[in-house]
Amino acid sequence: MTLSARLGVTRGEFTLDLPLEVAEGEVVALLGPNGAGKSTALRALAGLLALTDGHIRLGDHVWDAPPSVFVPAERRRAGVVFQDYLLFAHLSALDNVAFGLRARGVRRAVARARAGEWLTAVGLSEVAGRRPRALSGGQAQRVALARALVTEPRLLLLDEPLAALDAATRLRVRTDLGRHLRDYPGHTVLVTHDPLDAMILADRLVVVEHGAIVQHGPPAQVAAHPRSDYVAHLMGLNLYRGRAHGNSVDLDGGGALTVAEPARGRVYLTFPPRAVGLYPRRPRGSPRNCWPVTVAGIEQHAHTVRVRLDGAPAVLADVTAATVAELRPEPGRRFWATVKATEIRCYPV
Amino acid sequence: MLPALCGLAFLLIPLLGLVARTPWTSVPGRLFSAEVGQALRLSLVCASAATVLCLVFGIPLAWLLARSGLPGRGLVRALVTVPLVLPPVVGGVALLLALGRRGFVGRYLHEWFGVSLPFTTAGVIVAEAFVAMPFLVISVEGALRAADPRFEEAAATLGAGRWYAFRRVTLPSVAPGLVAGAVLCWARALGEFGATITFAGNFPGRTTTMPLAVYLALESDPDAAIVLSLVLLLVSVAVLVALRERWMVTR
Repeated sequence: MTLSARLGVTRGEFTLDLPLEVAEGEVVALLGPNGAGKSTALRALAGLLALTDGHIRLGDHVWDAPPSVFVPAERRRAGVVFQDYLLFAHLSALDNVAFGLRARGVRRAVARARAGEWLTAVGLSEVAGRRPRALSGGQAQRVALARALVTEPRLLLLDEPLAALDAATRLRVRTDLGRHLRDYPGHTVLVTHDPLDAMILADRLVVVEHGAIVQHGPPAQVAAHPRSDYVAHLMGLNLYRGRAHGNSVDLDGGGALTVAEPARGRVYLTFPPRAVGLYPRRPRGSPRNCWPVTVAGIEQHAHTVRVRLDGAPAVLADVTAATVAELRPEPGRRFWATVKATEIRCYPV
Repeated sequence: MLPALCGLAFLLIPLLGLVARTPWTSVPGRLFSAEVGQALRLSLVCASAATVLCLVFGIPLAWLLARSGLPGRGLVRALVTVPLVLPPVVGGVALLLALGRRGFVGRYLHEWFGVSLPFTTAGVIVAEAFVAMPFLVISVEGALRAADPRFEEAAATLGAGRWYAFRRVTLPSVAPGLVAGAVLCWARALGEFGATITFAGNFPGRTTTMPLAVYLALESDPDAAIVLSLVLLLVSVAVLVALRERWMVTR
């Protein structure tokens, strides 16, 4: 049974048009910047928002096909883990998990027993009696997951499931979540703006920008071959478009780069910021990719400093703290940038 | 500072006067006398019935004002608050003209169902509900506005229909506002005088509630009036204590 959808939503200026197929047992991540339409897509799948165009089908069941069919959220078998969990404050963790069963008419004792099993499965049997306010962030996230899964939904929707957690908790919860998602037999759609969450949890990425798909594929492939500035930045890559003539590529934004493997026609070029060398003077023995640049800005990252450089082409360079101390790359200062041809990946548009 | 103290004294001195003039030795006897007991019982029953009536119709009205995209909601809200600012006597006259035996609704109530509201205990309840309902509606509407509707969406994704989600998620989340509104509503109904005496008249045992009894007793038996007033004062203090978290907390 496959989830097959074309999510068309028009609201004022904003248009979402997103074809989406999810196989049974597959985890698909919708990845994109804020305002890209990921959450709208999720709400449409959940039945909290009606499509204005397109369709949502799960196997033989049509969930949404405007203007004739719209199955509301309570009659879809879709479980949702919301970004801020939305646990019911007046119910204990156990009754939160039991809620979906009670709403579907399961008797209280049976519902509670099943909810208890799920709390045990997510490792939270000891906090069953606590109200959400008394739970830690990681615990609340797991209660929300158990609450969504206890009704055995066909489709599991996760909206930024780790965004509300601090860094240390996040790592552990991400690992747990990955395990539960692998065990879950249904279809999973995960919305996130964090590439790491997407790469680790998902079988397939769908990158969304301005309401449309800009790229999709397995995480490794998307990371290696970004097709937009957003994806490139996300994955920490320099990305250019240009026209290749053998080993030389004329870039659309000005400048030219030499690549190791000859190519023809329209291509994408990418290389990681750490492959860029910075020199105060034109280096001797002149590498083939060497051009003058001006520092436009610097950002401190965890282990490196990322320098934004204007030039033809503009480029991101990651340098070490030692290099920063030596070169002092303040905005406005001029340097020479170099990249080895073998560091540049070239693939057709 | 002095004007502030004067203001405070102005509010408190009458109440102190009431307590000072209370004939304490005869309080127990009067409190359990037939007419006081009757008025007290009638007041409690009518105020409680009026509160139930307000809950039954006020909660849906509050929901409509807070959650629906009803056009002209502002106007509806203004109309709901009219009884709040309207002199209660005018409310009583209006009720009489609408629900009285020759009123444009009351006529049919009488012809078709043989129901006549004016000058009955039911009339007292209607008059009190009319005056007290805005307190409940406004309080519940405020609570509904403050409650995050996404919890209802979460309930829907868990398979809860609208009614189930309303009962199990929305109502509990607005419970404090609902309780406060109900208490205010009840207190207002208990103290109702103008609309009651106009619409329901003054028939001991049937429509003579505490405030009416106080007014009557003031001429014939001032001590009884004081004791009755004291009871109402104590109820007011009890309401204040019950709602202290809402009003007595300085932020």
